[in-house]
Amino acid sequence: MDVQHHTPWHEYFGFSLDHKVIGIQYLVTGFFFYLVGGALAGMIRVELVTPLSDFMARDTYNQVLTLHGTIMIFLWIVPVVNGAFGNYLVPFYVGARDMAFPRLNAVAFWMLPPAGFLLLSSYFIGGAAQSGWTAYPPLSITTPAVGQIIWIISVLLLGGSSIFGAVNFIATILKLRRPGLGLFQLPMFCWAMLGTSVLVVLATPVLAGALILLSMDIVAGTGFFNPALGGNAVVYQHLFWFYSHPAVYIMVLPAFGLVSEILPIHARKPLFGYRSMIYSILGIVFLGLIVWAHHMFTSGTPPWMRLFFTIATAIIAVPTGIKFFNWLATLWQGKLALNSALLFCCGFIFNFVFGGITGVALAQVPFDVHVHDTYFVVAHFHYIVFGGTVFVIFAAIYHWFPKMSGRLLNEHLGRLHCLLSFLGFNICFFPQHWLGLNGMPRRVAEYDPQFQLVNQISSVGALLLAISTLPFLVNVLWSAWKGAPAGDNPWRACTTEWLTSSPPPVENWLREAPLVTEPYDYGSAEDAMSVTTVRGRELWSAGR
Amino acid sequence: MPIPASVLTLAAGILLALISLWVGQNINLMPVAAADDATTVDALFKVLFSLGVGLLLGITAMLVVALVQFRRRPGDHLDGPAVEGNLPLEIFWTAVPAIVILILGVYSYDIYARMGGMADFNHHTSMPPPEVEQASLGNPADPETVIWGGIDRAEGMAFPVEVTAMQFAFIFHYPQQNFTTGELHLPMGQPVELQLKSNDVIHAFWVPEFRLKQDVIPGQPTVLSFTANRQGDYDIICAELCGPYHGGMRSKVVVEDPQSFEEWLIRNTPATVATAPDSSRTA
Repeated sequence: MDVQHHTPWHEYFGFSLDHKVIGIQYLVTGFFFYLVGGALAGMIRVELVTPLSDFMARDTYNQVLTLHGTIMIFLWIVPVVNGAFGNYLVPFYVGARDMAFPRLNAVAFWMLPPAGFLLLSSYFIGGAAQSGWTAYPPLSITTPAVGQIIWIISVLLLGGSSIFGAVNFIATILKLRRPGLGLFQLPMFCWAMLGTSVLVVLATPVLAGALILLSMDIVAGTGFFNPALGGNAVVYQHLFWFYSHPAVYIMVLPAFGLVSEILPIHARKPLFGYRSMIYSILGIVFLGLIVWAHHMFTSGTPPWMRLFFTIATAIIAVPTGIKFFNWLATLWQGKLALNSALLFCCGFIFNFVFGGITGVALAQVPFDVHVHDTYFVVAHFHYIVFGGTVFVIFAAIYHWFPKMSGRLLNEHLGRLHCLLSFLGFNICFFPQHWLGLNGMPRRVAEYDPQFQLVNQISSVGALLLAISTLPFLVNVLWSAWKGAPAGDNPWRACTTEWLTSSPPPVENWLREAPLVTEPYDYGSAEDAMSVTTVRGRELWSAGR
Repeated sequence: MPIPASVLTLAAGILLALISLWVGQNINLMPVAAADDATTVDALFKVLFSLGVGLLLGITAMLVVALVQFRRRPGDHLDGPAVEGNLPLEIFWTAVPAIVILILGVYSYDIYARMGGMADFNHHTSMPPPEVEQASLGNPADPETVIWGGIDRAEGMAFPVEVTAMQFAFIFHYPQQNFTTGELHLPMGQPVELQLKSNDVIHAFWVPEFRLKQDVIPGQPTVLSFTANRQGDYDIICAELCGPYHGGMRSKVVVEDPQSFEEWLIRNTPATVATAPDSSRTA
């Protein structure tokens, strides 16, 4: 009896309830939109090769930058780190056969493609939104309404999808754990997803509310945010950033979780400081909710607010720093396999530390007043979400592709991809710090000619980044078809997704779900082994 | 006999500190400073730069050392040591960054307060928080009379210029002389107070050489007070996306010595007022 048959291909195009299929649907859909968003970024970098606005029309440029930001955040990073890896891994880690609400899960995914294509379609029917991904009124009220309304509907759909997913993760992690598996025995990714989901549930409805009020200002002539009608434009900024700052943590916390899974396996050491990793996630979740006004230091906020949000913002560096020190300690004295997954994680550590340092600088009001809304900020957040999260997404693809497909990716192409990404990314975004410090604002199609050379260097980096995608695409397509068979557990890992076939059967394990109480049970200290609890090491040894 | 690891670590730490101090103090990434507070902001930036370089170099060095020294050799299938944590180490790398962050916060608060960022704009006699808070919630009797945020020493003695932002230009009005220009002229060494308002969407008034930026939000007039201290022409840049020509929304500020500035004022003042410069104030 061949129970471990592969999921039929058409399952991936339908309303599947299998969390693994849904995870892969999220991943592939997200990657498609990554290519679209990347093409838009390429158009921006082409426009900025010369100081004049000469590549595309000015309003088209604003549409392109609005679509680029919206797509990268809402259709690539959020759905992939949460939807793709969350769905694929969380049921394994809690020892469940699927998510708590499989139908809701499928609904959440299937909101994504319509929302994405709706957003893209707006470009062809009267032009896409052109007020940036922040959609600040009154600009968003005065620019063409059709594109802005489609943008709002699309973001509402994506936010709804995100909330459905978060509810599902919270229920699954808290209620679907295999008997005998305690919260403090879960792999770190579960804690990251729990924290992220709490942020999604608390913050996303606020964005939805703000966007609904904004749409009324646009179509019904209300004046919530329209100063011409007595409204207050800054209230929108508060509501927007109450979601959109936590959104940064919605994008990076799952990535932190993924790094915590990947590093111990390829370093052959336990995750350093398990408890402090959990407490730092909880600290980031709490602090992440009370720092939003640092995006508004120049918006005429009251003085006490600037003081409070400066301290709160900078202090987030402490729990974040704990995580990075713990990862370094995890690597230290390990047996590091220098494969694509580990190298992408190391690239992530460098880039994110860089972005974190500029983040602490940006939290200081007197400095922020100078660089707010400049290319310094553009560089900073790309170091966080691209150099940080996207690098982790690639690390995770190299790490879990063998489980998802049953085949190994080619390591030579993988390391080439990593090298090109790291170089391209840093050449593209490192010089932008200087641009911002010296007077180039963000979201401009034309700029002072003194910045031309540095902008051209940045565009060369962007070209390199585009090229870096090629070895990856070739690798994935070729390996899925002809790659070396991976076996059940190519990395000799302890966690439960590796204790089944590759790809896993429909309900994850043919027998009872394995109980792994120590997911990071690597290391040579034999005397630390207990005979009463089942530990990861014994399971993977037995599985071989 | 090999050198003990602790000595090497100490030497590496001292070297790292020296490098980052040197880089922070000697590599200048900022444009020229042309206002009194700009040098204070630059001093803060140098501190941040030194700290940042030290932290980034330190972590990168550890990462590189780990990748080289602890890479898995061919044929080695053993695990690393089963070290699961170290409480004193965790306390150390929680406490030290927390202290540094708090000191930084106090330092930048001090700078910002000296720049006038914590000023009480609406000149309530005392106990500002409740009333200021209420004002900022958009509920005052006459919103146009309220000053929203901004940077001001609240000394009231500064030379006033009214700045109006609109798609896609800044217009400058000199109320005492009652004339309007498209180019901002300011006297060197004398405090000025820009009174900013917007006619349409949100703009931001930014002069990189002054290290000052202020959003100009329709319905929420605000102020920006500073003292330019270096002669020259500097760009005024709109820093908030305001529409298709946002990138072209620029103007110029000319900082002149007080005498040339007075001459410029007189040259531009309408004839009737020019004969009696004080009349506009009494009118």
